[in-house]
Amino acid sequence: MFGLLLLVIRRDLMLAMRRRADVLTTLIFFVMVVSLFPLGVGPEMDMLRKMAPGVLWVAALLSSMLSLGRLFSADHLDGTLEQMMLAPQSLSMLVLGKMAAHWMVSGLPLVLMAPVLGIQFDMSAEALGILIVGLLLGTPILSMIGGIGAALTLGLRGGGVLLSLLVLPLCIPVLIFGTGAVEAVSTGLSVASHLSLLGALLVLALAFTPWVTAQALRISME
Amino acid sequence: MAINWFKYSAPTTFYGLAGKLIPWFGISAAILFAVGLYIGFFVAPIDYQQGEFYRIIFIHVPASIISMFLYLIMAGYAALGLIFNTRLSSMMATAIAPTGALFAFISLWTGALWGKPMWGAWWVWDARLTSELILLFLYLGYIALHASIDEPRRADRAAALLAIVGSVNVPIIYFSVKWWNTLHQGSTIKFSGTSMHVAMQQAMFITLVACWLYAIAVILARVRSIILERERHTKWITELPEVK
Repeated sequence: MFGLLLLVIRRDLMLAMRRRADVLTTLIFFVMVVSLFPLGVGPEMDMLRKMAPGVLWVAALLSSMLSLGRLFSADHLDGTLEQMMLAPQSLSMLVLGKMAAHWMVSGLPLVLMAPVLGIQFDMSAEALGILIVGLLLGTPILSMIGGIGAALTLGLRGGGVLLSLLVLPLCIPVLIFGTGAVEAVSTGLSVASHLSLLGALLVLALAFTPWVTAQALRISME
Repeated sequence: MAINWFKYSAPTTFYGLAGKLIPWFGISAAILFAVGLYIGFFVAPIDYQQGEFYRIIFIHVPASIISMFLYLIMAGYAALGLIFNTRLSSMMATAIAPTGALFAFISLWTGALWGKPMWGAWWVWDARLTSELILLFLYLGYIALHASIDEPRRADRAAALLAIVGSVNVPIIYFSVKWWNTLHQGSTIKFSGTSMHVAMQQAMFITLVACWLYAIAVILARVRSIILERERHTKWITELPEVK
């Protein structure tokens, strides 16, 4: 079962590496959105430091939406997805593999980029550390919840905008706990509660979203 | 006497039943609205803190309650449709969504009208307001997904799955928003009085029932239209007197 998971992850990563531009666009979008905020609200450092976690999280949320459309669409177009659904192995496991690969391609680069952008916003080292831990726990959830939306909107016209409309409200708890953890550092409150809740959401998402996404794929493909 | 409970789960028979029920629900909703609003506006006393402004609760509170319940009812019907493949359940879920969205919007709108004189702001990022706004987004997402899939069967099933995922998420969203607000600052808004005047209670209860009856009447009317649209190629539709 885990062999299958690794196989799917390796395949999707290889496909992504063949088309590096897609990966880079998401990352550049993230950097650009974050850089627009100081231009929009003014360069006062106090305000920027306060806004930084929210800005970084919202930008991560938006840029992970961008690449979600590609999660199943390429496989859907060339018929690979139908073959995957006919395979005797569990579809949920296949879906989980695709979600994991999607996170490595579009979530992980954002996590690695976030500290650099955080420094631009004059965040403290401690806050940066918590931000990264939060993003590491939170961005996989975004990929997994997004998977449900991507499966439901598979092959629809205007799928991209619709996808965001469906998925963004469901991502609000992740946003709240992710930014809450960083805010807790600056106000001296306990960070552990926010991070534990994020971890709980991650476990919950791991348990349910692959199965729900598999059901959604079956609905979309029948 | 054995009653066939499933008789009205077929669109064919439900269409006629809904047609007979709509006037009853509609007329009683109108009467109760008139009575409830009369008591609310003319009989109930002035609140010692909020003055006349509080009277908007006779619309606001029923709308909020119904918007939340309708989402769960919609998800319930959607789940029935998904699990048992009953056509009418999916049609009911589709029919409920616009009414639920309408009530969520009314709740936000009247809340804003009340908030301006009472809090001095049209909008406050309070936990209740925010979760009501997210509820409206969930309704809109459901409607948008259903509308953008042409094939009715796929639309029903996809939207049903979304409604179920949404209803699982509703408590998580509600509590996260609640904690988000309380972590930032202590709650500054509390309901002033726990004991309401009897006339206020009566007016609120009557308008709540009136809103339910209105919602049921509108949903039944909408489900009739959906049945007509979906089953327009069948023989029984072409034989209906109103279609001929």
